[in-house]
Amino acid sequence: MEMKNERTILQINDLDISFKTNAGIIHAIRGVNIDLQKGETVAIVGESGSGKSVTMKAAVGLLDANATVNSGQILYRYVDDYGHEQVFDLLQMSKKQLRSTINGSRIAMVFQDPMTSLDPTMTIGKQIMEGILLHKKASKQEAWERSLELLELVGITDAEKRMKNYPHQLSGGMRQRVVIAIALASDPDILICDEPTTALDVTIQARILELIKDVQKRMKLSVIYITHDLGVVAKVADYVNVMYAGKIIEVGNVNEIFYDPKHPYTWGLLAAMPDLETDDDRLVSIPGSPPNLLHEPKGDAFAARNAYALAIDEKADPPLFKVSETHYAATWLLHPDAPKVEMPQELKARIARAQKEAEKYL
Amino acid sequence: MAKYILKRVGLALITLFLIIFILFVLVRIMPGNPFPSERMSAEQIVNKRAEMGLDDPILVQFGRYFINLLHGDFGKGTSLYYGAPINTVLSTCISNSFRIGGIAILEGTAVGLLLGITAALNRGKFLDGFCTVFSILGVCVPGYVFLIFLQYFFAYKIPFFPYFFDPNRFVFSSILPSLSLSLFTMSTVARFTRNEMVEVMDSDYVRLAESKGMTGSLLVRKHILRNALIPIVTVLGPLIVDLLTGALVVEKIYGINGIGKLMVDAIAGEGVDYNYVLALGILYSALYIGIMLVVDILYGIIDPRIRVSASGEEG
Repeated sequence: MEMKNERTILQINDLDISFKTNAGIIHAIRGVNIDLQKGETVAIVGESGSGKSVTMKAAVGLLDANATVNSGQILYRYVDDYGHEQVFDLLQMSKKQLRSTINGSRIAMVFQDPMTSLDPTMTIGKQIMEGILLHKKASKQEAWERSLELLELVGITDAEKRMKNYPHQLSGGMRQRVVIAIALASDPDILICDEPTTALDVTIQARILELIKDVQKRMKLSVIYITHDLGVVAKVADYVNVMYAGKIIEVGNVNEIFYDPKHPYTWGLLAAMPDLETDDDRLVSIPGSPPNLLHEPKGDAFAARNAYALAIDEKADPPLFKVSETHYAATWLLHPDAPKVEMPQELKARIARAQKEAEKYL
Repeated sequence: MAKYILKRVGLALITLFLIIFILFVLVRIMPGNPFPSERMSAEQIVNKRAEMGLDDPILVQFGRYFINLLHGDFGKGTSLYYGAPINTVLSTCISNSFRIGGIAILEGTAVGLLLGITAALNRGKFLDGFCTVFSILGVCVPGYVFLIFLQYFFAYKIPFFPYFFDPNRFVFSSILPSLSLSLFTMSTVARFTRNEMVEVMDSDYVRLAESKGMTGSLLVRKHILRNALIPIVTVLGPLIVDLLTGALVVEKIYGINGIGKLMVDAIAGEGVDYNYVLALGILYSALYIGIMLVVDILYGIIDPRIRVSASGEEG
């Protein structure tokens, strides 16, 4: 098992997953490739149902029972206790192996809804200590002290008293801090944040994002964000994967995706983000809805909603075309024979405004 | 917690008093009376009424009854058992019904929980289907039908268990009736446990616990079972009262001298025996209220959300 370079910590190769449902087989993930470099932040963006959560759940063995991994690898590199580098395919590990060696101790998750992701019958102190006691074989006393430190680290005041509180005694923002503390409890290498701020109100959102950024720096974490909020992506990500109907349709660093997007779907997403200068009363949106993956689309899955669709889109799925070393997009518009199509004027103007705005702070 | 319990106990006592009063009035005004007119002359009835104080104003009668009750005395029967003290008769019947009911409760909850947990952990597989079919059957088939079935096979075809209840071989002869009594509880508990556990297993906090690395029996014990138990405790309360108060038909078929049978005799005998009906009514209500009290307190122990808000710390 080879990884692309020695800085890669997690590498998803050609992941293909389908779900068995009463209605039939849903081909939810259709060949996904994602790389995560050590210490960096990768965002996976897409609409609901595009498969972003499923992809990451596969990595931590939390897929629902009706899911089947048809093919692919999820390679994970870590340094073992003796200082040797090891590469594992997470998909080849049994659930039991994953739980004892990966979950919590090496890859931790922060979930979307802090109101439901804590056990209502257990004090938060116990919930944080649980992970430590499970993996670190620390004494109860040590685990207690470590949990206290973590609560202080994630910015919870009066930590000693809070340890004995139950989840319902805490506000949503505080609970999400606790969930983050739980994730950090046994020093993971990778933190997967599944829409960590979606259920929180806007003022709290910014603080939670700051917190995650802060702990990422302190604990040298690599972070994967799963989100549909481009605002979040712009704030935190180094690299962005845009996902549509179970495929990555554009990938690049954050500047490339926000200032020089190539895929019409990414154009649509960016255009749908209102800014201060937006003078229309109506918000722009991408027409139509994502395809039902029960019936696999022929050609490009986005073609039906794409104003710039070419004839070939109906027949063949576009491969990823290289734009730069780091920037790829899956659209036939990048084919040398394709007609020259520019992004919509309005979006161009908006990007120019944003770039100017950004330069002020450089 | 102490404050929470005290509040619950106070409420329970008030409820019980109201029920005793309402029962007393209802028994007096319901049709039928303790005196079978075909066997007593009009004069005898008048004398008997006066002797029993049935002609006093109802509140006076209630006062007298309630004071006796506070001394733990249910009075005497008006027609049943030739006016023997109710306490004596009742204690025999209660001990029979409670002991058989108690065995049925243990069987029902233990097997029910076990079946439910097994089904939930094997969701969608053969065992799950088996438990579902079993619990549907168990809810649908009345206990006495099951008892007749058991009698036929295990007392008649294979003469291993006694055909009727025998107080001298108490435990042995309780097995068939307690099994048939527990069938409904068993199935209900199994179905409930299975559904609650499946729901909890799909919850975000179990996913979070798994992402911490929790699996297997540790995950079930620490996170799943405790949360699933909260609603199960609620259904268990009334089921337990049902079992303790005996099942009419089962007691009749198996010849058990229990309170279910006593209730039927008190109402359907020669004339309605006021004091037995009252005594049994009060007993049922007191049991029900008592069990509900225990359930409420158990809730507080299992579910911290209730404990904290009820003792006024927060929320």
